[in-house]
Amino acid sequence: MDYFAQQLINGLVLGSIYGLIAIGYTMVYGIVGMINFAHGDIFMIGGFIALITFLILISMGLTAVPVILLVVLLVSMAITAVYGWAVERIAYRPLRHSFRLAPMLSAIGMSFVLSNFSQVTQGAQVKPIPPLITGGHSLYEKGDFVVRLSNVQIVVVITTVVLLAIFTWLVSRTRLGRDMRACEQDQTMAALLGVDVDRTISMTFVIGAALAAVAGIMYLLYYGLVDFYMGFVAGIKAFTAAVLGGIGSLPGAMLGGLAIGLIETFWSAYFSVEYKDVAAFSILIVVLIFMPTGLLGRPEVEKV
Amino acid sequence: MKSLKLIGLAVGASLALATSAFAQDITIAVAGPMTGGESAFGRQLKNGADQAIADLNAAGGVLGKKLALFVGDDACDPKQARSVAEKIASQGIPFVAGHYCSSSSIPASEAYADGNVLEITPASTNPLFTERKLWNVARVCGRDDQQGLVAADYIAKNFKGKNVAILNDKTTYGKGLADETKKALNKVGFTEKMFESYNKGDKDFTAIVSRMKRDNIDLVYVGGYHQESGLIVRQMRDQGMKTVLMAGDALADKEFASITGPAGAGTLFTFGPDPRKKATAKAIVDRFKAKGVDPEGYTLYTYAAMQVWAQAVAKAGTTDPMKVMKVIKAGAWDTVIGKMEFDEKGDIKQIDYVVYKWDDKGGYAEVDPGKGT
Repeated sequence: MDYFAQQLINGLVLGSIYGLIAIGYTMVYGIVGMINFAHGDIFMIGGFIALITFLILISMGLTAVPVILLVVLLVSMAITAVYGWAVERIAYRPLRHSFRLAPMLSAIGMSFVLSNFSQVTQGAQVKPIPPLITGGHSLYEKGDFVVRLSNVQIVVVITTVVLLAIFTWLVSRTRLGRDMRACEQDQTMAALLGVDVDRTISMTFVIGAALAAVAGIMYLLYYGLVDFYMGFVAGIKAFTAAVLGGIGSLPGAMLGGLAIGLIETFWSAYFSVEYKDVAAFSILIVVLIFMPTGLLGRPEVEKV
Repeated sequence: MKSLKLIGLAVGASLALATSAFAQDITIAVAGPMTGGESAFGRQLKNGADQAIADLNAAGGVLGKKLALFVGDDACDPKQARSVAEKIASQGIPFVAGHYCSSSSIPASEAYADGNVLEITPASTNPLFTERKLWNVARVCGRDDQQGLVAADYIAKNFKGKNVAILNDKTTYGKGLADETKKALNKVGFTEKMFESYNKGDKDFTAIVSRMKRDNIDLVYVGGYHQESGLIVRQMRDQGMKTVLMAGDALADKEFASITGPAGAGTLFTFGPDPRKKATAKAIVDRFKAKGVDPEGYTLYTYAAMQVWAQAVAKAGTTDPMKVMKVIKAGAWDTVIGKMEFDEKGDIKQIDYVVYKWDDKGGYAEVDPGKGT
């Protein structure tokens, strides 16, 4: 039971990070109907900006961890959001009314551009930071086995829950959220009724990028390093999570992320580490056979 | 029209000049992971090669010609290694010092054999590299079967009756090293409690770390590279474990300590006796330090590989790879890391691995294998 509890903690934290990235995929898909393949690399950019901000703050002699975290969070979210906005402006908007595959191809192109950009400007090596949040709590001890919950894990889970609450509120209760839902249903009709479609889509990319930045910061804090190609694997996992949860659904993305994180962890815990990805993808296939729209997805209505 | 012809002549003449200047040089290559997760080691190889070429040229070059360097990047990827090797062979380069990852060196060596290129690896320790008896390969480092013996001997002496786990990353190097260590351990009657593999590039090891916590593992032996080893150490400390990590020569770079921070203290690895401390290396180490480079890990091994080749070429009077290889295997060579002789397969004859320990200041030092941790 104690061993199970420890693995549950491990899985929830990993799943939270996947979920945070998955939300960005799902929001863009919900509105524009395209997979933003550059999203994993936006996540990577967020991690790098966080790293640079950390190092600047530490070299300025700042030591108060909560202050550092808050500044890093704000700076990284703001700058990464600009990246998200620019990507939409440069690569997707000119192609929005083109044939369906065009924006997908430019998304893949954008992904290469971003990862090569950070390889050239930041170098090809992994960039580690010293552990910022240290320590933890022993939840309970039985014999030799101690269930540990580290402070970083607490920060990751709390940040995820708070952000999810804020963005769910944003989409369901605000003017912007209403515009987003309107564009999701029918862009032409929304435009006729006075919704600024371009602005709404831009805002979606900005919000998605800001969330990816948060995921990048959590990744940096938890694993202690970033590199220029980390966006690829994390992006694939998060995309899988979004599909598993039902692409287009916000809670679905979070649920999918948690599911993938837990499956990987428990498979490694009770079977073999070697086949954890196989296990995660097999379950994805099984779910999609019986629920083609994912766990919380709605069946797609063909727009005529 | 006339002026056009003149321009054409001028361009032609300058091209001819350029190619003749090129022909004066002998281009040799260094190949390894210049980008990607293992790029810290690619940098070691390149630093060693740069300095060797500078020093050889300062001493008058080889066969009266200057040396130039071609740098190949394989990103520790077997497919990319193969295509880099084909590129090097197609340019008629006679010699390459490389690669770093065994999984790159092995497929690349076949392309070199077909393309008439001599390959000396400064760092690839998988036995298979020389066991296939290709005519063109040699190495200036040890082999994993020897490395595994030393690691197993240390474990058996210092962790008697304790629980040991063995992990590997499924690469040619990592799996090979883990298998050799397991074999050597089992031979002395020591059975590991866990034998598992993970994927190279993984970042999250919390699940397997918790598993080791459940099984009360005292020492985990990792056949894998430094990035994953560093993350395993960090995540073990996060979960409140004191388990010691031991690995092979892939931990010989400061990047390991920058990933773990002070948590890396006490981590063990096997590597050749520190080449920086050899009397023969003093002057050359000082030259590296003057440039602000610490010639750690495989830097001096790369330097030595270039020295062996240059001396053999001088003796053979040609750069023809087949002839040079015959000379290399027949002679004895003075290098920065001591005298070297090669056997028929291309392995060096005198090898000795020792155990090192990382301290909390980001440095590593040799430990006495008998005394323990």
